[in-house]
Amino acid sequence: MIYVYDGSYEGVLSTIFSTFQRGKEAHDMVVESQYQPGLFHEPTFVTTDAAHARRVLKGMEKRCGQEVVRLMYEAFLSEQAGIEMLLYQFVRLAVESPENVLHNFREPCVLKLHQIGRQIHREVHRMHAFVRFQQTNDGLFVAMIAPDYNVLPLLPPHFVARYPAFCWLIYDTRRHYGIYHQQQQVDYITLQTHQHHQLAQALLTASEKDYQQLWKTYFKSVDIPERRNLKLHLQHVPKRYWKYLIEKS
Amino acid sequence: MKQSTEQKLSMLADAAKYDVSCSSSGSKRTNTKDGLGNATGMGICHTYTQDGRCVSLLKILLTNHCIFDCAYCVSRRSNDVQRAAFTVQEVVDLTINFYSRNYIEGLFLSSGIFKNADYTMERLVRIAKKLRQEHKFNGYIHLKAIPGTSDELIHEAGLYADRLSVNLEIPSEESLKKVAPEKDYASAYQPMNYLARSIEGYRQEKKLIRHAPTFAPGGQSTQLVIGATPENDRHVLLLANSLYQQQQLKRVYYSGYVPVSEDTRLPVITTPPLLRENRLYQADWLMRVYGFSVHELVDDQHLYLDEEVDPKLAFALRHPELFPVDINRADYEMILRVPGIGVKSAKKIVQARQFGKLRQEHLTKIGVVWKRTQYFVVTADQQYHWLEMKPEALRQRILGEKTTPKNTTQLSLF
Ligand code: SF4
Repeated sequence: MIYVYDGSYEGVLSTIFSTFQRGKEAHDMVVESQYQPGLFHEPTFVTTDAAHARRVLKGMEKRCGQEVVRLMYEAFLSEQAGIEMLLYQFVRLAVESPENVLHNFREPCVLKLHQIGRQIHREVHRMHAFVRFQQTNDGLFVAMIAPDYNVLPLLPPHFVARYPAFCWLIYDTRRHYGIYHQQQQVDYITLQTHQHHQLAQALLTASEKDYQQLWKTYFKSVDIPERRNLKLHLQHVPKRYWKYLIEKS
Repeated sequence: MKQSTEQKLSMLADAAKYDVSCSSSGSKRTNTKDGLGNATGMGICHTYTQDGRCVSLLKILLTNHCIFDCAYCVSRRSNDVQRAAFTVQEVVDLTINFYSRNYIEGLFLSSGIFKNADYTMERLVRIAKKLRQEHKFNGYIHLKAIPGTSDELIHEAGLYADRLSVNLEIPSEESLKKVAPEKDYASAYQPMNYLARSIEGYRQEKKLIRHAPTFAPGGQSTQLVIGATPENDRHVLLLANSLYQQQQLKRVYYSGYVPVSEDTRLPVITTPPLLRENRLYQADWLMRVYGFSVHELVDDQHLYLDEEVDPKLAFALRHPELFPVDINRADYEMILRVPGIGVKSAKKIVQARQFGKLRQEHLTKIGVVWKRTQYFVVTADQQYHWLEMKPEALRQRILGEKTTPKNTTQLSLF
């Protein structure tokens, strides 16, 4: 059976719920906007249902512990091709096994899920490190990012804890949405323009340039030429991240 | 001529860069609602220098004026360099503004000694105090404790700093005397011991009273300069081990001596001993994380760590009697001692084998470096072929496999 869903996380979970409810195994799960009708199959369109999604997570939590809820969500955010089916296989395995399968690394889908989880963590960690705020005239701190995976929803806890008194915006220029923080509250927003890659210099505070310059100076001064090792440097700071780093531009 | 902040930054960051520790990990400090920053215990590298060192903190000297004349140091009195000094406010502003932009995890402040130890330390403490109290800064602060500082000032420093460090620099007192005539071990060990007692005292108190003040929650560390004086690896590691045991240091850093001068008290070298430094870090890591004892790594037959192979592999090659290790049965501790198996893989192995016997394919998927591990383990399916192989032959075979030139291998762990 081919299932078609709306592309949301709740949608995937609802679909998984459906497969059990209907007793019809999924052979593929396709996002509505990408679905192309084929000749030889009759797809099932799944309506996203928050209650169904919750029930899947509840059941998984009961079988595998709390950790699994986060792991599944993170895996979904990886946007990797076929991630829906991986989640589906994992849920089936959990449901069919008498024991907790969360750490059964002999199972390919368990291992894969953890590997994706690790990649997501690495990307989140990189965003914690490489986000660079610029201060605007009205005191807003803005950072533009374009992460490999859709990790923006995982960033608020870290940055809220760190900058609770600031107004800040972290914007994903690839996926065109951002998280905006003000007084302990985080909202998702989308900017009208797509010209945000470089914040208009006019919007920045007078001292912003000075501090960027000071940071560049600092970066230059801590270099020890006798120890230079560019291979290692690139391993830590892959080139694709450079455009966000003031010290590298 | 008055120097600009930028000029000072350039000079005083340059002079501080030889202190290799830049870690912002190991401390926990939660933020307040109106505060700025926190310390999460993990530590974040916000960028990397071109030699691949982590940049986590704004690492600067308050001043490079110094009344001492340590041969290995660029700031030494007799060296003809330009001198500069930050004001307290300049350091505070830089820290707050860099931190607000997510450039750094915090401040690492060290200093040359002007006038005397207390006079200098008082200024370092004042900066930390201002950051904590006026700016409600809860990011990471690492202060250098100047040898010879009074206990009162060290105490105050501990109330504001996450980590304190007193650098021993030279791995033996005899050598220290030769290259740093004004220094001795006593004036370094005095604040170190004071800190060890206070940190432990406050830790106990915190167990009983939740709101007890924190005192250097990130503990203390030190740095040893390698290759400027004749101490061997065994000497260095025994010293490190005693610092971990006696003074409960969180970290010992090893800094391969970078020739900063033609001072005649020091050997003439052209490049810093990076490979040796790397091996020491690996050995240190094995002591702290893998539970190796120092005597397993060096002894009177092995005064230096093996340069050709890493210390873990070297250990295995010296102890054929301990191998092969049965992956499906051995203790976690022994699995950790297998070359090619890291902490994460070892944990996964122990978890996964509860579900059934592990074969080679499982290990590879778990992330074990099979190319390395194959000689040292038995799996459910794998015939073991170590016994026919002599350690020396094995070493040659492994060395033959290496593709990267060995002096560029630097552990990404650090
Ligand atoms: S006391 Fe410190 S700053 Fe002064 S010369 Fe010695 S090592 Fe350098």
